[in-house]
Amino acid sequence: MTETKTAPEAEHTARVEDKLYNVRFKTDEDQSHLVVMNSNLCAQCTDKPCTTFCPVSVYRWETGDRKISVSYEKCVECGACRIGCPYFNIEWRYPKGGFGVQYKFG
Amino acid sequence: MGRQISNPEHFDVVVVGAGLAGTAAAYLLAKAGMRVLCIERGEDPGTKNVMGGILYRQPTEKIIPGWWRDAPVERPIVEERFWLVTGDAVIQAGFRSNRYGEEPYNAFSVLRVKFDRWFADQAVAAGAVLVTNTVVEDVIREDGRIVGVRTGREEGDVYANIVIAADGVNSLLSKKAGLHPELTPNHVALAVKEIVNMTREKIEDRFCLTPNEGATIEIFGDSTMNMLGYGFIYTNRDSLSIGVGALLSDFIKTKVNPNDLMEHFKAIPMVRKLLEGGESKEYTAHLIPEGGAAAMPPVYAGGMLVVGDAAGLSNPIYREGSNLALLSAKMATETCIDAHQRGDFSAQSLAQYKRLLDESFIMDDLRMYSKTSEFFQRKPEFLEIYPKLLSGALHDLLTVDSVPKREKQRRLLRQVLGQRAPWTIARDMVGALRALAG
Repeated sequence: MTETKTAPEAEHTARVEDKLYNVRFKTDEDQSHLVVMNSNLCAQCTDKPCTTFCPVSVYRWETGDRKISVSYEKCVECGACRIGCPYFNIEWRYPKGGFGVQYKFG
Repeated sequence: MGRQISNPEHFDVVVVGAGLAGTAAAYLLAKAGMRVLCIERGEDPGTKNVMGGILYRQPTEKIIPGWWRDAPVERPIVEERFWLVTGDAVIQAGFRSNRYGEEPYNAFSVLRVKFDRWFADQAVAAGAVLVTNTVVEDVIREDGRIVGVRTGREEGDVYANIVIAADGVNSLLSKKAGLHPELTPNHVALAVKEIVNMTREKIEDRFCLTPNEGATIEIFGDSTMNMLGYGFIYTNRDSLSIGVGALLSDFIKTKVNPNDLMEHFKAIPMVRKLLEGGESKEYTAHLIPEGGAAAMPPVYAGGMLVVGDAAGLSNPIYREGSNLALLSAKMATETCIDAHQRGDFSAQSLAQYKRLLDESFIMDDLRMYSKTSEFFQRKPEFLEIYPKLLSGALHDLLTVDSVPKREKQRRLLRQVLGQRAPWTIARDMVGALRALAG
């Protein structure tokens, strides 16, 4: 076994945005396949779990606009938000045929 | 049904989704001489598909005998390790058998994008029609029975005697058909995975492997920040598949972000050492059905069968899912062929599929899994208190410090009883055994 020197590594906080550079997407520029249906429900929602459990952080609470912003272009289509939104307030469809994430390894 | 017979877009069977279950069904039906169409929403079969990465030899041979001679596999798995991580310590167990490194093998690591493309090629060569870049949006019903699917294409209606929903864990199709109640967050795990590039030599050195050998490590304990789940490292030819997952309900409760969990997992000292110098090439996320038999939807209706993840067929404790997908597809195929002979595609006729599932090991295993999963969800102490106690005990026993063994035993007993009453421990252990042994 070759001995590699352990460099004093930077804190392990690789941002998901950096990881997504390696992921291939074919973005549907015309429409989002994810729609938050009623922003009033989001305003009432105390924990806003979609903003934490989404593995690519598609959802962000915009304090000024008092609504959830949806960066659907980086969605990897796992479906967690479809099941995890406590109000079932996310309309979740597949992107149009051939669009969305296109994995190289899977 | 004169209209259907004259309609050129009429198939014996339409399969929705070219994953393991869908492609297996398309392959077997085409082999049996049936007119089968398989519809896939990705650019190519595999581009939407994710799993940890282990495919088993024996069940896959029920679809294509000798498949592993031609298929793009990564490494045959000869060693399986289990780690229980507590802080900076790890308790290890493992099994290695050189027999697993020889024909006919037991399991292989695979990369789904490569494998699924090959698999779909076999189905097409057998005579199945494959259409990619196409989303199925709804079922078509006539007289209360499903008679086809509506796709996102223009004039995209396709008719068939039977529709097989093989559209994965989210299965929007079986929900459109009214079969699938929405899954609940405690019946589904969310896992994230990365492909980490590494030279073959480095992999073989670090995991003690020869060029045609592979290893798996399943990592429990602190790997999941006290959520119910586990992490894994699998060796591919020149990359590692690493991943970590937990119940979605636990992610919601703890507010842990899955990417942060992945970084936590990679930072575990023993894990970090294995990954050192590797370069992350792809980040993926996927849901895994975790409810066992209790959370399964009805798997048939008039004109429809549901297979694989869409039917909730997975047994995560034993890392089984790919095999259940393939075997369920085979049972669905048998049902389709018999139904065509009967000329009867009613729910009653297609109930044959459920009977086949019930009679097989699949439902027996999944009933057992429901119990296991429910038990460990109720008993978080198995994630936290017991691993720490065990790790502490081992640390004390293996530290040579000139303390008499009798004193060490007394100390251990005091420590254990300080945390849990003896009858609680006894009850927990009996409960765990029952939950695991059915």
